[in-house]
Amino acid sequence: MSLLEIKNLSVQFGRKDAPFNAVEGLDLTVNEGELVGIVGESGSGKSVTMMAMMGLLEGQGRIVADKLSFDGKDLLTISARERRKIVGKDIAMIFQDPMTSLNPSYTVGYQIMEVLKVHQGLRGAALKARALELMQMVEIPAAESRLSAYPHQLSGGMSQRVVIAMAIACKPKLLIADEPTTALDVTIQAQIMELLVSLQKSQNMALIMITHDLAVIAEVAQRVAVMYAGQVVEMGAVPGLFRQPVHPYTEALLSSIPEHSKGASRLSTLPGIVPGQYDRPAGCLLSPRCPYVQPNCRQDRPALSPHGEGAYRCHYPLLNKETAR
Amino acid sequence: MFTFILRRLGLLIPTFFGITLLTFGLIRMIPGDPVEVMMGERSLDPQMHAEALHRLGLDKPLYAQYFDYLSNLARGDLGQSLVTRENVWAEFTTLFPATLELALCAMLFASVVGLLAGVLAAIKRGSLFDHGVMGISLTGFSMPIFWWGLVLIMFFSVSLGWTPVSGRLDLMFDIPPDTGFMLIDAWRAEAADPEYNAGAFKDALMHLILPSIVLGTIPLAVIARMTRSSMLEVMQEDYVRTARAKGLSPARVIFVHTLRNALIPVLTVMGLQVGVLMGGAVLTETIFSWPGIGKWLIDAIGRRDYPVVQNGILIVATLVILTNFIVDILYGIANPRIRHAK
Ligand SMILES: Nc1ncnc2c1ncn2[C@@H]1O[C@H](COP(=O)(O)OP(=O)(O)OP(=O)(O)O)[C@@H](O)[C@H]1O
Ligand code: SF4
Ligand SMILES: [Mg+2]
Repeated sequence: MSLLEIKNLSVQFGRKDAPFNAVEGLDLTVNEGELVGIVGESGSGKSVTMMAMMGLLEGQGRIVADKLSFDGKDLLTISARERRKIVGKDIAMIFQDPMTSLNPSYTVGYQIMEVLKVHQGLRGAALKARALELMQMVEIPAAESRLSAYPHQLSGGMSQRVVIAMAIACKPKLLIADEPTTALDVTIQAQIMELLVSLQKSQNMALIMITHDLAVIAEVAQRVAVMYAGQVVEMGAVPGLFRQPVHPYTEALLSSIPEHSKGASRLSTLPGIVPGQYDRPAGCLLSPRCPYVQPNCRQDRPALSPHGEGAYRCHYPLLNKETAR
Repeated sequence: MFTFILRRLGLLIPTFFGITLLTFGLIRMIPGDPVEVMMGERSLDPQMHAEALHRLGLDKPLYAQYFDYLSNLARGDLGQSLVTRENVWAEFTTLFPATLELALCAMLFASVVGLLAGVLAAIKRGSLFDHGVMGISLTGFSMPIFWWGLVLIMFFSVSLGWTPVSGRLDLMFDIPPDTGFMLIDAWRAEAADPEYNAGAFKDALMHLILPSIVLGTIPLAVIARMTRSSMLEVMQEDYVRTARAKGLSPARVIFVHTLRNALIPVLTVMGLQVGVLMGGAVLTETIFSWPGIGKWLIDAIGRRDYPVVQNGILIVATLVILTNFIVDILYGIANPRIRHAK
């Protein structure tokens, strides 16, 4: 049984009579201890998917799914109270900008210990010792004195380490890292990535790595999901998908790798941008930008077709064609 | 933090001079001098008039009078009332507790209700409650104090007879002014002699309710609006999302992670309300015949009692400035980014 199983997830924003599907018919599974990458341009719904799963869209988005289960628990029917026992403990998430992710009014130590207090009931010396241990696990130098530091006294890289310490505090089974390095200096980016991957191995937790950096995914992930305009357009095991992409969008992403590893969020090989709320096409969502587009692509939205260990959404997959790379 | 305090202190000096100049000039711009006003309609012998002015030192040129005023101030001499011959500082300290008691109760009322309404409106954004709070506070903010006081008196005191119309305490009580705070004095007197002073505390409390509401209305409206908008802004912050992603309870997210940061601008606004409160006290005390600083100053202006007006206003202004100064420091303490700034 998979640790995380999402079937046909949709997230709608806006009015009921004119909804915007930020996520539409999304399937994703993550097994225990697995590292899954999610890639895709800005606005493709990566963050919204994860926030919906964590229950962080309360009062904003409407969530519909055939299945949304984590560790055998049904996240769709669970009460808010029960969900809070899982979120922050068994599923943890770290966000893009570490400098704004920490509360400026509380010390680093307070914010780490808060998780331990709420979820594990730790108190006193044991609490402090565990907080210190976590700070050392994320390789923060002078950990002891940094416990009483305020977020504004830390650099971006240090802050992200603190956020990571907070996330792994209760030994989560699944950690979601939503573009954890985008806001950091290039020199720090690799260090943080390395830290996350080594923690994933040593803690034996599943890790969903959301990033624009395909090169990193190619190196560390076991599987990867490519998202476009709220859908997974291709999903596959790692060396395979990179060697032989089936979906035109994946192909375009791959051919722009040098750019992406520099943090660019747009594709030069595909003109245009991800369609937003008002310009979603009727047929295949990629049809306005796809170099292989055919007339019926503009009317019929392709369904998910299985392919090897993965799947794709395209009427004219690049199955028998060697890619240009 | 230390330099932060020093910088703020440095700003106080020019402000202080500005106030002395203003009060000195403004009261002299009102036609009529103290002697004329004292004599009233009776015709005044010009010779006697000049002599009286000379005795008061009011025949000197203005710059000399101002210089005298400043040099007296420098010696810590706040002068005497031209009317009662009492020391201004002594009069002030006798009357101030009445105003302070009223202002504190008004601020307590405004803060408790304002914060609560603001926080709830923010949590229930867009609801009927939210619209209600915003509508009422907009009305409250533009409420003419005088009219509002009279309306409340008409309704609660005259029609319903729930609260007394004016003053601090019913005439049948005779409470020694130990602290000057009627609530405390009445409480102590009642505790000391429960039979003779039965009901004194409740009576003092009833006298406070309407004036506190009238005086607290504008600060209440300001605090409620500020709390709401500040809460809404902080609720969008990434660190609040982090707090929710930690699986904290909604109460913890709101009170520990949101309110704490949302309070910082609210605190500043509260501090600024002290000035509003002092201005409002003048009107409120007049409506309710509340024997405090506001009424004292109004009477002094009517009598052209120059020393009382000049120094009374100076003392009040200094208090307002000091409060704002303290708020600034509290602001620094509440906000570590300022506390640690060099
Ligand atoms: N609270 C919200 N209300 C309305 N629309 C939203 C909301 N949050 C996100 N969206 C929309 O949903 C779409 C997907 O956004 P999302 O943040 O998931 O993209 P992303 O793939 O994470 O992009 P990025 O790489 O920039 O982080 C976007 O069009 C965005 O404008
Ligand atoms: S369905 Fe057509 S438009 Fe869509 S990706 Fe495939 S080829 Fe391109
Ligand atoms: Mg995102």
